[in-house]
Amino acid sequence: MQSILAVDDSPSMRKMVSFTLTGAGYHVVEAVDGQDALEKAETHNIDLVLADQNMPRLDGIGLTRKLREHPKFKTIPILILTTESSDQMKQAGRTAGATGWLVKPFDPNRLIEVIQKVIR
Amino acid sequence: MAETYQEGSGAGADFDLSQFYQIFFEEAGENLDQMEQMLLNLDLSSANDEELNGIFRCAHSIKGGSATFGFSDVAELTHQMESLLDRLRRHELQPIPQMVDVLLESADASRSLLARHQAGGQGEAVSTTSLVRRISDLAAGLVPGDTAPVVAAPPPSAPAPAPVAAAPAPKPSSSSAPGQARQLEIQIGPLDRPEQADAIKELFRDIPGLGAIRDVPGSPPNTRVFAVETTSTNDDLLDLFAFHVAKEQVLIRDAAGDGSAGPDDEATAAVDTSGGEAPYGFFNGAPGAPHGEATQAVHAPAPQAPKAATRVAAEPKAAMQAQMESTTIRVDVKKVDQLINLVGELVITQAMLAQNSRGLDAGAYQQLLAGLADLDRNTRDLQESVMSIRMIPMSIVFSRFPRMLRDLANKLGKKVELVTLGEATELDKGLVEKITDPLTHLVRNSCDHGIEMPADRLAKGKSEHGTITLSASHQGGSIVIEVRDDGRGLSREKILSKAQERGIEVSEQMSDAEVWQLIFAPGFSTADEVTDVSGRGVGMDVVKRNIAALNGSVEIDSAEGYGMKVSVRLPLTLAIMDGMSVGVGEEVYILPLSSVVESFQVNADDVSTVAQGSQLVKVRDEYMPVIALEKIFQVPRFDLNKSSNIMVVVEADGSRVALLVDELLGQHQVVVKNLESNYRKVPNVSGATILGDGTVALILDTGGLVRRARH
Repeated sequence: MQSILAVDDSPSMRKMVSFTLTGAGYHVVEAVDGQDALEKAETHNIDLVLADQNMPRLDGIGLTRKLREHPKFKTIPILILTTESSDQMKQAGRTAGATGWLVKPFDPNRLIEVIQKVIR
Repeated sequence: MAETYQEGSGAGADFDLSQFYQIFFEEAGENLDQMEQMLLNLDLSSANDEELNGIFRCAHSIKGGSATFGFSDVAELTHQMESLLDRLRRHELQPIPQMVDVLLESADASRSLLARHQAGGQGEAVSTTSLVRRISDLAAGLVPGDTAPVVAAPPPSAPAPAPVAAAPAPKPSSSSAPGQARQLEIQIGPLDRPEQADAIKELFRDIPGLGAIRDVPGSPPNTRVFAVETTSTNDDLLDLFAFHVAKEQVLIRDAAGDGSAGPDDEATAAVDTSGGEAPYGFFNGAPGAPHGEATQAVHAPAPQAPKAATRVAAEPKAAMQAQMESTTIRVDVKKVDQLINLVGELVITQAMLAQNSRGLDAGAYQQLLAGLADLDRNTRDLQESVMSIRMIPMSIVFSRFPRMLRDLANKLGKKVELVTLGEATELDKGLVEKITDPLTHLVRNSCDHGIEMPADRLAKGKSEHGTITLSASHQGGSIVIEVRDDGRGLSREKILSKAQERGIEVSEQMSDAEVWQLIFAPGFSTADEVTDVSGRGVGMDVVKRNIAALNGSVEIDSAEGYGMKVSVRLPLTLAIMDGMSVGVGEEVYILPLSSVVESFQVNADDVSTVAQGSQLVKVRDEYMPVIALEKIFQVPRFDLNKSSNIMVVVEADGSRVALLVDELLGQHQVVVKNLESNYRKVPNVSGATILGDGTVALILDTGGLVRRARH
């Protein structure tokens, strides 16, 4: 079973994402912010990271940068969840090494659809 | 936009989002509380980024959640708040009091909207139209009643609040297309020390492939101008520079261009935004991006970019407030109460075992007795730990006052500062809930009646700002909460004349403490006029009654012209208390240890009988009423030769009475069982407990006994 690291500081969003993905047959590891995600990524086998952009301590793009530094996470897909699909955000995401982005709010089915496009 | 919301609410047919509503409501409530607190603490003249980011994040989280779960009204309002906060945290606007006001009002409105959703659409509809307009005016830099915009920094190009998830209109610019080397002129400044810009030069040296940089002589004062050749986009450069200089201090010009473009005009142009409204997208060539799926024509960055990012990431991110989330769990209070109840039963069982084993031979039952000693210790520890679960810090109560005082002071035209002390002091949850209303009353009174108008204060040589201090501390087995103000204090004359008007018996000889107690009389108010805040005379008597119901007491201290202090003393918990057991005939009664003053053997000569058979005892030149428990509870006496000859002096409501008992049995912790809910209210009894030998003992209501003696 493939593992997805779901990172969001909002418990309700985390639950929703986690529920959706678990229902679609993925194993979900939850993290409450970027810093927590780094720690969880170390200790779990992660196939994809789904990170909220706006979080305390370490945001989604910061997390992406940190993960990409690590050989283990050089190639795994990292998707950023954001409420603003602004160019600046995209540019920052791409520069940091993110795979793509998904605009909040999103439909659970859309989430699965996007995930299935990138996870192998 | 609208369609984006619907996307959220209309979620996939096979997904029922309503199961997440409750958790979202709780989370949104916490975010609103946090936001409110941060807004109140915000110092407008020196708001720092961390604070502004924190407030922004609260609004942002609520917006994200409410949009996802389909509460579009909340999403719309919080989106407006977010837009304003976003401009504040980017320092594009100066924070002003009107913004704090409108944000606080919006937080209230969001709360009402959420409450309505939580109740399934029940309740009054809240209109947010005017709030939304006020916020968007402020976000556009318009100050109500003032035509000058409050825009800080360089005027932004697009202040209009964009609806959720909308991208700004694309601003195509050929000059910054990535992938090919470009000649730029970058101006850094104004800087306090122009050497700061050397760090920018170092960036180009440290990051291979970023490009070439050289100084351009003849810069304006306090600025540096560089000629740069690079393949990176302006955005990349700005991101990199941001670690050394503020974005506003950077001006990137196309060396061949017109030279007028500011960062706002060019910076966003680096990305092809053809799909700006797309709900998702992948970056071409990014790790894991599906082939032929890249919906966004975002070109792969110049090879040096990831390297640059590495350097950026090496900068330590300030660890903000630690997340409590992962270390706490939410539990239904009922479960905790059940646990406490079970521990209470265990304490009783343990006490029974201890009592029954007392006569056992220590040699023959060595192991059993050792086990019982262990059980005793473990039970005590368990009891303490379980009780601590219900304990919550006073900050929960205190946190509501800054907002309340702010509104109140504004309404009354007063200037009031609130100081809170001992917020970490813990109190039983049940008590916290019940103490909130009385405390609110006291704080309101202090602000309304205590603190003078700013002009009056200045005339009296006081500072313009009045101070109300709320403090909580542990003192022995109780918690003491004080509400102190440096206002006008109580007026002895006013209270006495008011009391006389109301037909209360008073005399000039009354001590201050006795005079202050008069304000607890029902309907008593010394306010010259009734305001809509307080002064209607419903107040102090209710306060006192509520606190007495919690086994607590209220004391007042005041100095006219200097302020007053109201101290509320409460037991730490309602469930377990220290008691003194006394014997009368065959019966055992428990007295709350906190109310016991002293005990002594009494000689018949010391007791004098006055009118109607009442008895008085003289203790160190002070007469106090005697109450024979034997009579009050009609205890049957089988041994007629024996009579009560021990007095226990108890104090309540500032008065003392001497209780006549047969013997003092000991002191111990008792688990309080409510008599009222299990049987009915019994006069002079506040509850019951089960003793070590399994018998039931009544806990005496000392307050009731004192009142009885007075009449």
